[in-house]
Amino acid sequence: MNRFSYSKPQQVNDAIQQLSDTGRFIAGGTNLLDLMKENVARPDQLVDINALPLREIETTQAGGLRIGALVKNSTVAYHPDVERVYPLLSQAILAGASAQLRNMASTGGNLLQRTRCYYFYDIGTPCNKREPGSGCGALNGQNRIHAILGHSDQCIAVHPSDMAVALAALEATVHVSGPDGDRVIPMSEFHRLPGDTPHLDTTLGQHELITAVELPPRGFAENYAYVKIRDRASYAFALVSVAAALELNGNTIGTARIALGGVAHKPWRKPEAEALLAGKPATEENFRAAAELILQGAQGFEHNSFKIELAKRAIVRALSEAASGVNAK
Amino acid sequence: MTAYLGKAVSRVDGPLKVTGKALYAGEFGTADLCTGYVVNSSIAKGRILSIDTQAALSVPGVLDVITHENRPEIASYNENYTDMDAADGKHFRPLYNDRILFNMQPVALVVAESFEVARYAASLIRVDYEAEPHQADLYAQRSNAHKAPTPMPPDRGDADSAWANAPVKIEAEYHSPAEFHNPMEMHASTVIYSTDGKLTVHDKTQGVQNSAQFISNIFGLPDGDVRVVTPFVGGAFGSGLRPQYQLVLATMAALKLKRSVRLVLSREQMFSFGHRPETIQHFRLACDREGRLVSTIHEVIGETSSFEDFTEMVVVWSASLYQCPNLRLDYKLAPLDLYTPLDMRAPGAVLGMYALESAMDELAYAANIDPLEFRIRNFTDIDPASNKPYSSKELLECYRQGAERFGWSKRSQEPRSMRDGKQLVGWGMATGVWEAMQNPASAKAVINIDGSLVVSSATADIGTGTYTVMTQIAAEVFGLPLEQVTFKLGDSILPKAPLEGGSFTVSSVGSAVKQACETLQQQLLDQAKEEDQSPFSNLELDGVVFEDGEIYIKAAPSERVKIADLLKKGGTPSMEASATASPKKERDDYTTATHSAVFVEVKVDEDFGTIQVSRMVSAIAAGRVLSLKPGRNQILGGMVWGIGMAMQEEGMLDKDLARWMNHNIAEYHFPVNADVHDLDVIFVEEHDEVVNPLGAKGIGEIGIVGVAAAIANAVYHATGKRVRDLPITLDKVFE
Repeated sequence: MNRFSYSKPQQVNDAIQQLSDTGRFIAGGTNLLDLMKENVARPDQLVDINALPLREIETTQAGGLRIGALVKNSTVAYHPDVERVYPLLSQAILAGASAQLRNMASTGGNLLQRTRCYYFYDIGTPCNKREPGSGCGALNGQNRIHAILGHSDQCIAVHPSDMAVALAALEATVHVSGPDGDRVIPMSEFHRLPGDTPHLDTTLGQHELITAVELPPRGFAENYAYVKIRDRASYAFALVSVAAALELNGNTIGTARIALGGVAHKPWRKPEAEALLAGKPATEENFRAAAELILQGAQGFEHNSFKIELAKRAIVRALSEAASGVNAK
Repeated sequence: MTAYLGKAVSRVDGPLKVTGKALYAGEFGTADLCTGYVVNSSIAKGRILSIDTQAALSVPGVLDVITHENRPEIASYNENYTDMDAADGKHFRPLYNDRILFNMQPVALVVAESFEVARYAASLIRVDYEAEPHQADLYAQRSNAHKAPTPMPPDRGDADSAWANAPVKIEAEYHSPAEFHNPMEMHASTVIYSTDGKLTVHDKTQGVQNSAQFISNIFGLPDGDVRVVTPFVGGAFGSGLRPQYQLVLATMAALKLKRSVRLVLSREQMFSFGHRPETIQHFRLACDREGRLVSTIHEVIGETSSFEDFTEMVVVWSASLYQCPNLRLDYKLAPLDLYTPLDMRAPGAVLGMYALESAMDELAYAANIDPLEFRIRNFTDIDPASNKPYSSKELLECYRQGAERFGWSKRSQEPRSMRDGKQLVGWGMATGVWEAMQNPASAKAVINIDGSLVVSSATADIGTGTYTVMTQIAAEVFGLPLEQVTFKLGDSILPKAPLEGGSFTVSSVGSAVKQACETLQQQLLDQAKEEDQSPFSNLELDGVVFEDGEIYIKAAPSERVKIADLLKKGGTPSMEASATASPKKERDDYTTATHSAVFVEVKVDEDFGTIQVSRMVSAIAAGRVLSLKPGRNQILGGMVWGIGMAMQEEGMLDKDLARWMNHNIAEYHFPVNADVHDLDVIFVEEHDEVVNPLGAKGIGEIGIVGVAAAIANAVYHATGKRVRDLPITLDKVFE
């Protein structure tokens, strides 16, 4: 771990002003500290944002829910309004990490966690995300946990968050503040694909700070499912995960939302597949058709091609569970 | 009747551990302690052109950076030194020269006033290499494999033609990946340098005397100048059987700087040395129509390094466990540019028995015989490899009791015939076996005037319960309450003990403890006889009873003497006796082994291939189980590890880099609580007077042997799919 300066401002504006071009904000530290110990992240400045007033969960005027960036993952997961209106979010959060980590990890930090790609974590190997231009070790190396959608020849890493997958399905927005003022980023535009600049995970500017995540009123509390498939029963990142949410009229689908985790550099949605389901009966055949469309163009590598079929089956399972209402309280 | 042996006694060292008072190798220190941090190579083969240490040396608090270029000249630093668990070949010598033999090889040691400074400075060191092509692919090296330098049981009959002509036969190849020990405590050495140049070393090891001898040899230090003291070990599983490189480096730094040095490896660096070797096992197995084996051909390719030949007991079990007239074994090693493999829990047996017990299941299906019945038909109580009887082998009873507890009789033979909603249900079983060894060991017993008994031997407790069981043995022999008995271990100046491994500690050290206590009792009795008109004068040990600090005559309990009074009259505050216990000659006439029968239920998600081990019953025949609580813990730990071996554990090697990529315990998977469901342990009664005076065979290894095969067989029963490549991850099942 390199040497760094440290400050703990009280106000959002102070935090933004204090951050240098090479510094980092730190909240729960569950990812950043690990990365610093492994010399993967070497910020020369840490601005501790834990004193900022970003710990509230409040109902918005529109009838949605605004979750402060510093609210702990466990607090979100067990919050009565989240459990009642957005149980999909609750389920996704509890499918990730461990109780100890969820007690430390913040809402904003969860969105900003870095990939678990083996090469990104090991400074003895090439990685374009860690060190642009050094190459991608995973492309022809160990890539079981890597992307099958939206990857580039520069990077095949995936985003590891479970929470972000649910937020994508729920069409949450990310509220940020920066030197040029505040802005709102839809979840679909917050994370990005690697392209030629895989060192950038998100569209957040270096000096911008996440202040809150806002959920729209519609929570799909009746018909939802979060299906996570992994190599052990707990404390493992998703090989494939699916957040599914349906609005049903009888057995006819009104709205469908499907987001995938573990398959791409960002939570993966395919609006055409969701549109395909609208107005159709909630049947396994239709779910499978949507799954085929979502995985269209998917491309696996030496160790992860199985994810393509696995993802399709997970989509069908998640939509079936959602349609059946088994998870509704 | 016994007071303690065979009873469920809580660990005598438990309170120290749960209150944090038990000190481990990396927790000792002195006022002048400095800290090291290792820099590892990023190539697998080649040589170091240059190492730039300038930036590291300029960090305030950095004391030194030691590399092959500036390491101390050490006269005996030659290729001849060895350790008690050494493989054939040349021991790896850290910082010896510019050659790189494997990826993550230590290339520099930073020593600084604090851990943080050392680690930061280590990140500033730049190494230039000249890389050479490496080979790390076992399949690619298969044709370059050579005969393993280890004795093998002789072939029998004509296995190839017997197999060719048999009515029922199978041929299958099984693969198992490299696995890493991952003890909770990472390897660490704290070397306390005293002004007279003597060293006290706290080393994470399964043999303090091994580490002491090793260090003395390498650095040419006089006997007695190195004392290794390791009272507690936070798990080792074989990783502490050989001295690891942090011990050499910490000692080198202490001698060079004349300071006390602590060096703890990181979790990542725990993947930079020994591991369970990758293997390819080819099996041909045949039986007659009644299900009696007629031919066994077991051929193994194991991984080794470029500088040592690592061998383990991988094929021997196929020669001994079942009756079979025709046998051919083959065991070859393929050198890879990786570190030498290292013994890991039940070394060889878990691998060989995974293949044998999978092949047995395949053949049972080929013969259309229930897998349990098939094994019973091939049972033997004469070891066919040596034609000697087993000293005891209650394996049939393991089968019977295990099957009954599990409910095996309700099983349907047909694969894919049992389900629970979307879950395919499968029942599988396997046999386990491990040697019951005994090695010479010594112990000392001291009885004090205050009634306390202190027994000692230079063995280790790697979490296995050595402290507890040795205390039980001594208390039992002396008829004392446990609280009055102390057992000391983990100090190289104590009486000689073998490495703590191989499930032979109770057998070896336990026998020595018993013998030392009995020798001391003899001395006390002799002392009692010296009294005028002693009522003990015509008695031997078997005529008296030791109880609560007194000796009394068995036939006349009112005739008694206090041990304290004997000592008082003898004018000494204590009396001591030492003993060395060696395996008795009679053992040579027998094969001695522990056995188990493992029964497993799995539930496999039909769509996803995810596997849950929902139930497991393990019936163990291991002679007399002296300490029930640690004993049961050992078996449970083995069963859990078996789940990991079957379904999760795998060192993921990047073939281009020859580097283990999942070198942390987030990505190197082993079971978490959610993976572990209903586990049931049965200790089957087994009487054995041959194995050692205690009748105890040892239980450290047996719990894991057979588990992977039982799970693989259950997965086959559930799905109809035979996965012959560990670990059985979902992708191998669902497609």
